[in-house]
Amino acid sequence: MLRIECPCCGPRDHDEFRYGGDASVTRPAHDDPDPEAWYRYVYIRTNPAGPHREYWQHVTGCRQWLVVERDTRNHAVASVDFARKSTLRKSPA
Amino acid sequence: MSSNRKRLPVGGRISREVPLDFTFDGRKLIGYRGDTLASALLANGVTLVGRSFKYHRPRGIFSAGPEEPNALVTLGIAGRREPNLPATTLELANSMDVESQNRWPSLAFDVQSVNGLLAPFLSAGFYYKTFMGPTRRAWMFYEHFIRKAAGLGRAGTGPDPDRYEVRHAFADVAIVGGGPAGLSAARAAAAAGARVALIEQDFLLGGQLLAEPSDSAAAAWLRQAEAELKGFETVVLMKRTTAFGSYDGNVIGLVEQRDPTGPKPNGEARQTVTMLRARSIVFATGAIERPMVFSNNDRPGVLLASAARTYLNRFAVLPGKKIIVATTNDGAWRTAFDYAAAGAEVTVADLRAVPPAALAAEAARLGVMIRAGTRIVDLHGGHAVRHVTLNGPEGQSSAACDLVCVSGGWSPTVHLTSHLGVKPVYRDDIGGFVPGAFPAGRLGAGAMIGAYATADAIEDGHRAGIDAAASGGKSAPVPAPAKLDLGDTATTLLREAPSVGHGKAFVDFQMDVTTRDIELAHREGYESVEHLKRYTTLGMGTDQGKTSNFPALAAMAALRNATIPETGVTTFRPPYTPVAIGALAGRAIGHHFKPIRRTPMHDWHMANGAEMLEVGLWMRPYFYRQSGHDVNEAYVAEMRNVRQAAGLMDISTLGKIDVQGPDAAIFLDRVYANGFAKLAVGRARYGVMLRDDGIVFDDGTTTRLAENRFFMTTSTAKAADVLSRLEFLLDTAWPDLRVAVTSVSDEWAAMSVAGPNSRAILNAAFPALDVSDAALSHMGLLESGWGGRALRILRLSYSGERAYEVYTGATAGEQLWSRLLEAGRPFDLKPYGVEALGALRVEKSHVAGPEIDGRTTLDDLGLGRMAGKRSGFVGDVLRRRPALRAPNRQRLVGLECIEDGKRLRGGAILFLPDEKPYGHGRGRITSVTFSPERGHYVGLALLAGDVAAEGSEVVAVYPMKAETVRARIVSPVFLDPQGERLHG
Ligand SMILES: [Zn+2]
Repeated sequence: MLRIECPCCGPRDHDEFRYGGDASVTRPAHDDPDPEAWYRYVYIRTNPAGPHREYWQHVTGCRQWLVVERDTRNHAVASVDFARKSTLRKSPA
Repeated sequence: MSSNRKRLPVGGRISREVPLDFTFDGRKLIGYRGDTLASALLANGVTLVGRSFKYHRPRGIFSAGPEEPNALVTLGIAGRREPNLPATTLELANSMDVESQNRWPSLAFDVQSVNGLLAPFLSAGFYYKTFMGPTRRAWMFYEHFIRKAAGLGRAGTGPDPDRYEVRHAFADVAIVGGGPAGLSAARAAAAAGARVALIEQDFLLGGQLLAEPSDSAAAAWLRQAEAELKGFETVVLMKRTTAFGSYDGNVIGLVEQRDPTGPKPNGEARQTVTMLRARSIVFATGAIERPMVFSNNDRPGVLLASAARTYLNRFAVLPGKKIIVATTNDGAWRTAFDYAAAGAEVTVADLRAVPPAALAAEAARLGVMIRAGTRIVDLHGGHAVRHVTLNGPEGQSSAACDLVCVSGGWSPTVHLTSHLGVKPVYRDDIGGFVPGAFPAGRLGAGAMIGAYATADAIEDGHRAGIDAAASGGKSAPVPAPAKLDLGDTATTLLREAPSVGHGKAFVDFQMDVTTRDIELAHREGYESVEHLKRYTTLGMGTDQGKTSNFPALAAMAALRNATIPETGVTTFRPPYTPVAIGALAGRAIGHHFKPIRRTPMHDWHMANGAEMLEVGLWMRPYFYRQSGHDVNEAYVAEMRNVRQAAGLMDISTLGKIDVQGPDAAIFLDRVYANGFAKLAVGRARYGVMLRDDGIVFDDGTTTRLAENRFFMTTSTAKAADVLSRLEFLLDTAWPDLRVAVTSVSDEWAAMSVAGPNSRAILNAAFPALDVSDAALSHMGLLESGWGGRALRILRLSYSGERAYEVYTGATAGEQLWSRLLEAGRPFDLKPYGVEALGALRVEKSHVAGPEIDGRTTLDDLGLGRMAGKRSGFVGDVLRRRPALRAPNRQRLVGLECIEDGKRLRGGAILFLPDEKPYGHGRGRITSVTFSPERGHYVGLALLAGDVAAEGSEVVAVYPMKAETVRARIVSPVFLDPQGERLHG
């Protein structure tokens, strides 16, 4: 019964979204040859009881990938933003 | 037995002018509008209503609400048959057909209750010991008998002719419970300006007020409250509606019953599930009375005291004339007084040594006998109660009676807040659990938070209604509520410990759990409440132990010499009361269960003999009936025609993605394991994508339409996943790449013309187009038009034959299909289905879904050379993990059947010839086909690399059909290894 406030479309039922996993892990650069880095990115998760940054895609809406900060204990959503924005912010540009 | 012989001539909330016919186990009976099935049965003197779950003990009606553990019945016939419904919540309607349950051959004479045959198998811990211990295998033996003997009702097996609905609704304030607290909360919230939904499971509002005489002050208060609520346009009164679950996001799940007495307009839903989202929710769910535990306390003729009062005052039924009221508290005395006033002979056995003086005075005035410090220890009677054994200061005595009313106190109804994870906390002053701290947006009011007195509940509801409205910003001034003081002050309560005479004393009536079962659980160490539940099955019935949880806790606490909170509290889970699957499914049944996707040529297939196959959501031609009388004959004929002449296949289901932008080539170069940056404009390339973990994700072809524009196709099954993944990479990994991806799957109709005659057919269909090998070589692109529509031809082959994929706008798909068939007639062009398509690709060793199964790597599939020495693409690093390159890893091989008259089967397990066929084997067959080229079955298999030498033999075992067949490992390319057919 989760609701996500899509920054593009407004508050929508979670049925409209696809879950995309942990958004707190850092994806190595596409040509990073380090198996350790890829291993951590693909397999290592902290599984917190509490706030969790995660990817959701508004598949039946605007199709944007979003970063949602959700409390895993009560599903309270603290923030929602376009994934593109937060990725661009992170990268050194 | 005369009709309605227990019915009083006046009073109650029934319409004596509207009689209703119904049947119970085939017997014709009459009740009245306003009755429940339970009240109508009691009015007709029916005391025996069902048999218990394990021991087949006779059971009657015990309560007047959803907590009913005993009187479960089956309603309706044929497809409408619905089992396990509490008679106490079934609103009586004309022509209702009701059956009792769990009895054979009849309710009154039940074989299994006579011989108690299975009792030894059914003691506490039976399931635990059977499954955990060395007797595990014996379950196979027991199961048959137990399933037959112990049970509930049977559902109908025919299709349900009724319709159900699921909907969403919204309110500022939702109030669960239409008793004094809920009514008061609804009025306050509405007056404050909120949009209110008031939810009541009963068909009448009022809750416990309905147990008050219909000419009392309480009834007047109720009339006024209901009228006031009806005056608000912003209030929705939802009667016959049960809140079955409470969920995150301030959502409650509701199930509403159609008014069974009203007119039945065509198509009105029998039940409607509503997911109601509210800014705030007030839980005014009341409390449930507790039974008392003594020997034979489960016999027909034992009623909860408040229920007995409800039957008298609401339904004008006097179920007994010589009554024992056994209580631990003040509340049940009101039942004694009302029964005395109605002319019954009443004795109160109060466990307390000194009952309150005011009650004693009123008892004296009404001629009610008092036995202080006294309790029932045993009850005598079979299908009806005859007398009880009392134990008090004067020792044991016997008292004749025809009705026993019990009250072991009250338990606040905390189920819905428990669903939210609000842990109940014990309050010693009321001897019960109330919800702990409520989360934001939820409030409690009335008896469910321990405010038992009606006056307090009204005050409490008023406050909760104002607060709930205010949290949504609605705070108009609210006038004070009308007062109602019933003198039912907070109940004084003595905790009751079980006291047992001869015979079983039941704690959980529905699951047949006795005090002895709890003692056994205690002796064997299952002391925690959660263990107790699982060990004894206590609380596991359809009533979720609404009347049994607290008595069980009290019994265990006494055995452990611990307090109630030390002993614990059980966790309640949705649903509060059972919900029919049909109601939850709503209209999503039959062909509405999931959407159906049809290709642009669907109508043609249907009109031209196609046998259709569901592939995911898609409907695809499986084979065409003119090709053969069954699929095995047809696909071989269709294959042969492709190899010898030409076939036409609908491939519109392929995923199609338009990839555009200045960095599109760089993007595809990273997405595919093989390179795309150097692909020339006008050329297509087969590509394989990996997941980040190095496992193969999907394959398809991508064509460079222009410098910055590509046309990607994906497998039918992965179309949505691939698009989503590409979007993910662009949004989260490489937002600096200037690329846009768009699904164009539905824009294009697509068909494949395959076979040696395919070029001639294209020539005939489009004489103006140059489709010579010079103009359109293998993996080439031709873009053109026909009749003003787009035409895109890609020379690609999946079958190993010369072949062309032809695309046009979706709306013109059928026209183009027909045009090709027409042009192809002189060249023996015939349509073929997915079975032949699959067989053709197996012969040519193209991997597909059965091989790309989420576990295989490029190397496993023999495609390692595609990546070559490239790096920097998705999945490149982790695909190099040593374990993925182990020599015994399963990899793709070809198999051919070497036993005449036998066949290979997909899913068969592979063993070495000298090996005992046991366990997981060395690999498995993934895809098979009969090969007309080879004259026997061939297949693709994944086989451990260390035993996969070409030329050696394996044994394919298919236990489902008890088949064993020898096969030889061969190159997976069964046909035309040089690819001459593609080009020639
Ligand atoms: Zn959106």
